Amino acid sequence: MNAPSASQPLWQRLGESRPVKISLLLLFLILTLSLAGPYVSPHHFAATDFDGRFIRPTVDGFHFFGTDDLGRDLFTRTLLGVRVTLLVAVVASLVSLGIGVLYGATAGLIGGKVDALMMRAVDALYALPFVFFVILLMTVFERNFWLIFIAIGAINWLDMARIVRGETISLKHRAFVDAARLSGLSAARILWRHITPNLLGVVLVYVTLTIPQAILVESFLSFLGLGVQEPQTSLGALVNNGVGYMEHAPWVLIVPAAVLAVILFCFNFLGDGLRDLTDPKNSAQ
Amino acid sequence: MTSLSRYTLNRIAGAIPTLFVVIAAAFFIVHAAPGGPFDEERRLPPDIERNIERAYHLDETTAEQFWHYLRGLASGDLGPSYRYRDYTVGELIAGALPLSLWLGAMAMLLALIVGVGAGTLAALRHNTFIDRAVSAVAMVGISVPIFVLAPLMVLIFAVFLNWLPASWTGTAGPLRLVMPVIALALPQIAYIARLTRASMIQVLGSDFVRTARAQGLSTVTIVRVHALKPAMLPLLSYMGPAIASVLTGSVVVESVFGIPGIGQFFVRGALNRDYTLVLGITILVAVLVITLNLLVDLLYGFLDPRIRRR
Repeated sequence: MNAPSASQPLWQRLGESRPVKISLLLLFLILTLSLAGPYVSPHHFAATDFDGRFIRPTVDGFHFFGTDDLGRDLFTRTLLGVRVTLLVAVVASLVSLGIGVLYGATAGLIGGKVDALMMRAVDALYALPFVFFVILLMTVFERNFWLIFIAIGAINWLDMARIVRGETISLKHRAFVDAARLSGLSAARILWRHITPNLLGVVLVYVTLTIPQAILVESFLSFLGLGVQEPQTSLGALVNNGVGYMEHAPWVLIVPAAVLAVILFCFNFLGDGLRDLTDPKNSAQ
Repeated sequence: MTSLSRYTLNRIAGAIPTLFVVIAAAFFIVHAAPGGPFDEERRLPPDIERNIERAYHLDETTAEQFWHYLRGLASGDLGPSYRYRDYTVGELIAGALPLSLWLGAMAMLLALIVGVGAGTLAALRHNTFIDRAVSAVAMVGISVPIFVLAPLMVLIFAVFLNWLPASWTGTAGPLRLVMPVIALALPQIAYIARLTRASMIQVLGSDFVRTARAQGLSTVTIVRVHALKPAMLPLLSYMGPAIASVLTGSVVVESVFGIPGIGQFFVRGALNRDYTLVLGITILVAVLVITLNLLVDLLYGFLDPRIRRR
């Protein structure tokens, strides 16, 4: 990769990295298809057909990805799964963004002992096997869609908090923050009007890295039967269902597994690429 | 007091409140549950119901129950299982834990050997085909989750090729360990290889390696004697997350391969709403992870004196 000049805005430099370009294109395609899916496909995602169980992927009858154990069209279900998985991931990432930015910016702005204590708490939380706690939550409360969002979001805010804190500390010594303080603005107002908008770039890059993690947790829970429940589905739930029939009908496993893998690949390449583009250490190479 | 022993005490003192908060959080999540664990059962005569409630301490206040639970924990008693009627949670865990630990330890060992090896190789052949191949395979290992990897491995090696047994039950011998251990190790291999590669490239470019090279030492000697130890240091701080990740992964691997370890009990307990079992395993895993992290921290302080001053 030829070194992009740091003066250009990030979005103009995106095109310079081939993995980033391809990932963006693929993700855009998958997203469009999953949103248009219900209107494009002639099958309903929950419509069962007991005479049409385990049809191999075929163009006949528009079962492009075949059908599953209940004769439901796998193409339609996979698109629905992508939709649900992405929705959970995006909302969960927004939750973690909210918590992370608030926590990190507060710690960074206050500084001193409070900051040290708040960051010690983050260090301690890092070590915890959060997924076990999420499953504990899922056991105790009804397996509720919104609970999944919040629980997954609550896992991923730690990195965000660290990054935002670092940025805030470097921002708060800048002249415009001093000027705001001198003109008598309250700390909350400075945080909201002057610090947060300047955090946006870093935070956006970081959200790209959080989304695949949220996808992983959601599909992990759904795979175990603890996440999204029938007749709704997600990619993890589809993979789980596929495992039961892989000997006779491997496509029921392979299709959702492959789609999930492609989505995760794209997000990881995108995140890596964005980090390379924004990290000054890398552009020096 | 030396800086090492102060650092050690500091770390231990930091782990204890974490442990307490974790146990309290887990306990109160379970006790915030709407309804009791026996609500779905058919109606029982009132005095029998009262007896059951007394046996499970359901007639006490939450604070009393928490105190009771803590006292039990201290003596290793995690209470009775709600679903496996004749067993205590302690008995279920004691029966399943050795297998899970064994599996996790083997996966970690495999991941360290293969990951460090591949990462070092990639660093030595920086910017060649081998380097790119290692990075590409590592990307696959990081991107493809265990619950996709494990079923696909079963499909290929058990169903299509018929080389390895597909499930734990119904087979015996060491062959049935092969796929679970590899599936559990693969994501860790990927992370470790990436970390090793990055830090090894840095170390190999440093002055003392150049001096060693100028003295005419062979590449093998340079890596073994001079480069490996400093390059391993960043890896040590990854061990904490790695342990948590292997434990999480073993939940999937045990479910896919039907291995009777704590991961499988955990998932079944969650699906059956066996509160005490899920609570017990969550706390056990948290204790395990916090303890192992503490050990890693202490080891780090021992190996790298700079860190003690923080």
